[in-house]
Amino acid sequence: MARPDTFSQAREHLQSLSDDELQLRFWELSGACVGPLVELARTHTSPSIERSVLMRMGIDSITCKAVVAECETRGLLGHGAGHVVLVAMRGWGVDAPVAAARLASGEGWDTVETHWGDAR
Amino acid sequence: MSGRDSRFGKPLADTPLDPCEKLDVEALLEGLEHYRPRRRSWTWRRQVPDQRHYEFTYHETAEPLERSVPLPAAHYFEDIDPQPDCVITTEIASGRPEDDIRRMRMAAWHGADHIMVIRTAGQSHMDGLLEGTPEGVGGIAITRKQVRLTRRALDLIEDEVGRPINFHSYVSGVAGPEMAVMFAEEGVNGAHQDPQYNVLYRNINMYRSFVDAAVAKHVMAAAGILQIDGAHNANATAVKAWKVMPELLVQHAINCAYSEAVGMPAEGIALSTVPPDAAPAPCMRMDLPYAIALRDLFGRYKMRAQQNTRYMESDSREATVAHVMNLLISRLTSADIQSTITPDEGRNVPWHYNNVAAVDTAKQSLVGMDGVREMVHIDREAPELKARVREIKERAVLFLEAMLEDGGYFAGVEKAYFVDSGEYPETHDDGIARFSDGGVAEGTIVPRADDYLAPVCHHFGDNHLELLAGFGADVPGGTTPDARPCDLVGGCTLCDDAKVPFTDELDPTDNAAARLTQTAELRERGLIKPEVEWAGDGVVAVTMFLPASERVAEAAALELGRAMNLEDCEVIHKRVMHPAEGTLIELKGRLEVAIDPALLVIPEPPEVLTDEEIREFVHERNLRVIAATVGNDEHSVGMREIIDIKHGGLEKWSFSVTYLGTSVPIEKVIDAAIEHAASVVLISTIITHADVHREMMAKLADLAAEKGVRDRLLLISGGTQVTDEIARASGMDAGFGRRTKGIDVASFIVRTMRERRL
Repeated sequence: MARPDTFSQAREHLQSLSDDELQLRFWELSGACVGPLVELARTHTSPSIERSVLMRMGIDSITCKAVVAECETRGLLGHGAGHVVLVAMRGWGVDAPVAAARLASGEGWDTVETHWGDAR
Repeated sequence: MSGRDSRFGKPLADTPLDPCEKLDVEALLEGLEHYRPRRRSWTWRRQVPDQRHYEFTYHETAEPLERSVPLPAAHYFEDIDPQPDCVITTEIASGRPEDDIRRMRMAAWHGADHIMVIRTAGQSHMDGLLEGTPEGVGGIAITRKQVRLTRRALDLIEDEVGRPINFHSYVSGVAGPEMAVMFAEEGVNGAHQDPQYNVLYRNINMYRSFVDAAVAKHVMAAAGILQIDGAHNANATAVKAWKVMPELLVQHAINCAYSEAVGMPAEGIALSTVPPDAAPAPCMRMDLPYAIALRDLFGRYKMRAQQNTRYMESDSREATVAHVMNLLISRLTSADIQSTITPDEGRNVPWHYNNVAAVDTAKQSLVGMDGVREMVHIDREAPELKARVREIKERAVLFLEAMLEDGGYFAGVEKAYFVDSGEYPETHDDGIARFSDGGVAEGTIVPRADDYLAPVCHHFGDNHLELLAGFGADVPGGTTPDARPCDLVGGCTLCDDAKVPFTDELDPTDNAAARLTQTAELRERGLIKPEVEWAGDGVVAVTMFLPASERVAEAAALELGRAMNLEDCEVIHKRVMHPAEGTLIELKGRLEVAIDPALLVIPEPPEVLTDEEIREFVHERNLRVIAATVGNDEHSVGMREIIDIKHGGLEKWSFSVTYLGTSVPIEKVIDAAIEHAASVVLISTIITHADVHREMMAKLADLAAEKGVRDRLLLISGGTQVTDEIARASGMDAGFGRRTKGIDVASFIVRTMRERRL
């Protein structure tokens, strides 16, 4: 909606504020804007986030991509792709890059799905 | 150089660079799987208060470089190269990493210590990392190998110049968290990270952008990667940039507040701020209140002062002046990082020498304005300034209030609050609208389940580490205080560098090594071919004035380019001098010619003898010199520099010099030489269109021969535009041009007299 410059009326409630008070208000409002965004981020994940977890576990990017794509397909992303790899590692007794490579080649998903039961 | 970060493994023992040798790009591509960076985190310059250079004291400079190329006028000041206090950025991305690193070396020698690589078009929409070294468009494919190659080269370059270099790229797009981890692993020191950039300019889904950004920022903070935001893009996109100031404050605030809320320290956050306007607007008076309002509100954060690009045209002169005015604002307010934009960015992808030009502009301006703010204060009480600073802040507050009332940030974006051409609260209903259920990667975030687990360090958000107990591991924060989230996987890559993997080329043809084979002959045979971006690209620029109207001049220039054997000619800049009298044209074209330096005849640079050697020779022979400025020339400064003892001239070595003065006739010069039994005649002459200088020299040589003294006289001419070639062709024994010192002339005299057994 187009609106003319209403600054002189709109600012009336601000003009009594000192510069410091105005600055305080600016940051209070900014904090209020980002609060819900931080909450969204705290409680959600994404394919890129999960790939970044696998990367930190020493897994190369191509394998990360394959494992996370399969987690998405199977509805497992919300548990954490790193969690999925941990389950496979324990099952096979191997380290994270080896477990991820085997998952990427299609092995082990039945074990993973059994762990989460009806996650799908 | 800098202390090694103990988290990294042993570095490759690369041979230090030799300033006389080119970078061995092929060698740097070898063994990258073993290369590890030296450090993480950002490095600021080290300030030196009241630093002395030559006869001057500086108030705002940092430690000097060990090797550098000083400003052109520095030779008047013993070649000093004072370094400003703030970090200087250059943005480099030719699309090919193997060419970028050569340009980085040149930029570093001119004073750049923040080297930013622009990403190839489209990478921000790629859901995942790229690997290898494929060629980019308008930027470079940012990959682990590209980053590793660049950081390896920068290690060598920072040792060569003697100052740490910060390497920088982008943690934005759909793969932000992965980029952040890769950058942390590979020792990248700075990055752009601002989810608003994704949302507004890349149309990436807003939920995905903010969810990803939290994890990316948290990892960046752990690695000490300095964050730079993306608010300057609102300025670059705005219809009327002077209307966008309140929104710029809001964008900066959202990214800063969000970053701190997810764990980034204030000192790791830099604002990308740009003076929004440009002349012919009265831009300084418009932009200074904004710069002050910004620094009032955001004093806790770092300022990365960017150059205005919104009003950048193809005129590199205009761009440079705009840059200098922006630099004045930096000096009057503050800047922790001074960014530079190449003066040719308005016409093409930046060329090598324009990166250097922009860095030089920043260095020249900052050093030239050293300490000026101690004398020139901003008058905070000036009525217009005071009112405008307050107004911009109030407008930003009104923006935030309204957006919250309308449902918050996401709702504000859906209602096109951002990049509207009105100055808030004025709106023109032309802002960028994005939708929470739209954009790239829409619908890809998922809620974290009650058993969400990520067994790694520095992970933002809900993470049920207590579940690690079920796998037999200690739980961090539990009974074992030293336990880490990554213990179960034997350490994560941010704790144990040995875990970082390396992926080499995935495409057998589109990679750096394959591209290098195409230019191998140039390197192996040392052939010289002009270039602006890539080795062997052959591109040259020609500047010409054509006495024709704009359209005619452009067509004529293309024809002239073809007549010069240039291929793919393109007019890159034109400027009307007068509608009928003529047009300035800058033309680029490709020249498919390579020169073999082995076939060049290059005159040897004159050898300089020692003071003792010269003095002894002169003393033994009691050498006399006749000097004069000839023709209708009243200049004597140049000659005085060559003669006078106080300038290190010939008198220093006891030459007996008689200076006859200015506008001396040639006959008088020769007569004086005979009368004083001189061995040397020095004449100074200006170069004229009518070739008077050649006539003067020829006449001197002829007259000396006529009088039978040519064989026992050394005839030397000098002047700002005299060359040895011109002088010899006109019968002289030598010619000396601009920047000649007394020692050069003295050495020549002694050496030649020895050779001729005079």
